[in-house]
Amino acid sequence: MSEAVVKPLWRRLIGFNLLSGILLGIVGFYFGWWLGHQIHAPSLEYFADTNQNDVALLLGYLFAVIGFVAGLGFLNYPFSRMLGGPATQAEKEEGGVGRYFTLCTDHKVVGIQYLIGIGFFFFIAGMNAMLIRAELLRPSPQLFGAGNYLTLVGLHGTMMMGIMTSGILGPFANYFLPLMIGARRMAFPRIESLTFWLLMAAGAILMTTLFFGGFPTGWTGYAPLNDEANFGFDSYIFFFGLVGLSMTLLGINMIVTTITMRAPGLTWGRLPIFCWGAISTGILMVLAAPVLIAALLMVAFDRSVQTSFFLSSGGGSPYLFQNLFWFFGHPEVYVLALPGFGIILEILPVFARKPLWGYRTAVAGILGVALLSFFVWQHHLFVSGLNSSLRPFYMFSTEAISIPTGLVFLAGMGTLWRAKIRYTVPMLFCLAWFFNFFIGGASGVFLSDVPSDVATHGSFFVMAHFHYTIMGGLVFAFFAGIYYWVPKMFGVALNEKLGKIHFWTMFIAFNSTFAPLFALGLMGMARRVVTYPSHLQPLNDWVSVSAFVLGASMLIFLFNVVYSLVIKRIPAPANPWDSHSLEWQLPTPVPVENFERPPVINTDPYDYGVPPVALPPAPPAEAPAPG
Amino acid sequence: MNEPNHIRRIAIAWFVLSAILTPIVVAVIAPTLPPGDATSAAANQLFDDTLLLGIVTPIAVAIIVYFAYAMIVFRRQGEPSEEGVATRDNRAVHIPWLAGTTVIVLFLATFGTVELADAGAGGGQGPEPAFKLSGDVLPVQVIAQQWEFTYRYPTYGGVETAHLELPVGKKVEFHVTSLDVIHSFWAPRLGVKADANPGVDNVAFVEPRQEMSFELRCSELCGLWHGYMFDTGQVVSESAFGEWIEEQKRVFAPATKALPKYSTHYFPEPERRAG
Ligand SMILES: [Cu+2]
Ligand SMILES: [Cu+2]
Repeated sequence: MSEAVVKPLWRRLIGFNLLSGILLGIVGFYFGWWLGHQIHAPSLEYFADTNQNDVALLLGYLFAVIGFVAGLGFLNYPFSRMLGGPATQAEKEEGGVGRYFTLCTDHKVVGIQYLIGIGFFFFIAGMNAMLIRAELLRPSPQLFGAGNYLTLVGLHGTMMMGIMTSGILGPFANYFLPLMIGARRMAFPRIESLTFWLLMAAGAILMTTLFFGGFPTGWTGYAPLNDEANFGFDSYIFFFGLVGLSMTLLGINMIVTTITMRAPGLTWGRLPIFCWGAISTGILMVLAAPVLIAALLMVAFDRSVQTSFFLSSGGGSPYLFQNLFWFFGHPEVYVLALPGFGIILEILPVFARKPLWGYRTAVAGILGVALLSFFVWQHHLFVSGLNSSLRPFYMFSTEAISIPTGLVFLAGMGTLWRAKIRYTVPMLFCLAWFFNFFIGGASGVFLSDVPSDVATHGSFFVMAHFHYTIMGGLVFAFFAGIYYWVPKMFGVALNEKLGKIHFWTMFIAFNSTFAPLFALGLMGMARRVVTYPSHLQPLNDWVSVSAFVLGASMLIFLFNVVYSLVIKRIPAPANPWDSHSLEWQLPTPVPVENFERPPVINTDPYDYGVPPVALPPAPPAEAPAPG
Repeated sequence: MNEPNHIRRIAIAWFVLSAILTPIVVAVIAPTLPPGDATSAAANQLFDDTLLLGIVTPIAVAIIVYFAYAMIVFRRQGEPSEEGVATRDNRAVHIPWLAGTTVIVLFLATFGTVELADAGAGGGQGPEPAFKLSGDVLPVQVIAQQWEFTYRYPTYGGVETAHLELPVGKKVEFHVTSLDVIHSFWAPRLGVKADANPGVDNVAFVEPRQEMSFELRCSELCGLWHGYMFDTGQVVSESAFGEWIEEQKRVFAPATKALPKYSTHYFPEPERRAG
């Protein structure tokens, strides 16, 4: 970092950065749009009467992404190599705020980019949820028409399920995985930056669906509805395709980094549990996301060049789409959940002041969940009429997931045994995670039981279930991570008192929002409907009001961020939690190169606590937890 | 050592609380839950829910009691630097835990399968149902399209009606299919849910046990007016059903002639950009 000449602002705006990316992206879009109108054939008969040229829109998005990526400078290195340039890792690292708007290969910058980028889209998707709940205050449509309501539902679900796949790995694994394993960077720094910018491009593309009539399919996008859906569905296709690409690359990076870049002495048995969560998630991403990309490519062909992979009238099958989608979709929900397992078990020992209990058990639990998640996807199709004799198998495999999940719980419970719990804000989010995830898991046992699922499939019961696992699991773990790691990332801690207000508001409002949905589902409320029987109104109103409070709790958090990070700025000590983990042994801010010399590891990061007192003449008082 | 016996305390709290709560949940709350027991399928589902609640309640009590106890008793009370007891593992705990969860899972899977064998518990089972209601059944075809259901009674001349009526005490064999996108036929009080796929005959069985009117609706997102795809059906006495179906045959006679022959499914042309 040279602090030599400060160039004028206009000069700094020229170059390979976000601004050029956006400009080239817009140019690319119109080029693709124009191209699509040149090459469309008369055989695309629907174009004539609807004026909806899917080829043009898909090409527009394609060239927009290429332009965006080129403008950010991702093509410079490959092109310079092609033209005989040197094979160098050296990047011009610009200091200051400018780094955050460019291709930056510092994993710490990428982590913060992710944190802010994902926070932005999380906020938008959350606002959609507020609008959905506002509409459901009354049993018949008040605010939005049927079509706009479906678009809102689709945007909320798609945005959350897409962007939040990287909700924990993006900010926290990119930032802290190299620090935890004693590495100077991720294995593929340029790809690391690419995953972030692709995700941002995806989010922007999904928003543009509003210019093209939205889409009526929800986040599942089932065929053949996706074939007759409006123009705006192409945004969905491109969004999820890019998210899939970003996930695959992110997964590869996690796996390779963890395998190849560990510091001397950091054996698998000493690897922090968060890294186990990251590598397992990486494996899920690499195996599942390409299936999604392939399926969406087929949908795009069905819509644009009239193939019929998923149209029964043309020899295809809608079941094929459902199978492919859920073959991706179920591992996807564990892509959301597993990093949460990692964060929770990573933070718990720090504030319990005890070693992580049953480390091997926890690792087995995480890997077991990852493995089993590929064998359960047809539990989403129990009433679809697809091969009914397979249902007992999928019932069994789904219920079997509770065995490894139980091991993760056991590790958490064992860690609390004879602990000295410090009730910090991250610890509160951790403990709430167990509560929420237990309710999510227990309701999952009902859904995995086929007769019970017949009553609740496609109802609000399912919605309550997965919000308990994803919001109650992922988002609570996400906030635990934020409160825990912000002092290292920004050198400033979040205000403890405001944090506690945020936690309690969020925890109570969350449960008050989602617990009644179990009842609503049992009483016959289907998902994604803009109308409902009027006798369900009181409960729906209760849920809506709670949801608004839940939304307001996020504002408390935002206020805390502004208050602590912008206004007060009280410097935090390098290791405020007295954590033994490697990332906290570094100074704040973390130097660009992280470690001057590779650290040598001779223990796992959980050596807290005092040795158990030996009782004469009995053996050491080991910690038994109730079974 | 004046360390109290934590395990005994937790075990006693768990035992007392679950001995009180489990009977309340199973015997008082569960019978009031939807979908009720107005049909064979609904009763089947409710039985499953009841049993699952009976298993989940003591487990939930155990988890909550443990966490509550740990959060109160194992909190830091003294100096800020207090540390916990450095225990790392205990086979005597995780082996029984693993065995316990495995036994529960095996039991649940077996139990669910046995329950499923009772005519598929009201769920759609596709063209070749693995579990059937045997004997004299009334076939009723449910045809879904954007955005309404119609019904055909093949044993009554293939008449197609706008509403659903069923005779009480008669075994019904639903054949659910679609003319366009995927819908799902859901009648909560009947305990029936079956996806309607174009070109697929999705069979579901149910035996209504009492006269009632019931809500039915589409429960798979099917496009713009999905929210409005609902209706009310009736379960009526055998004689009332006879009168009703005769009237339907008379009223819809011209329409029936114009309809395609009854078939388990109809292959539609895809309508691109319909909504
Ligand atoms: Cu699933
Ligand atoms: Cu429908």
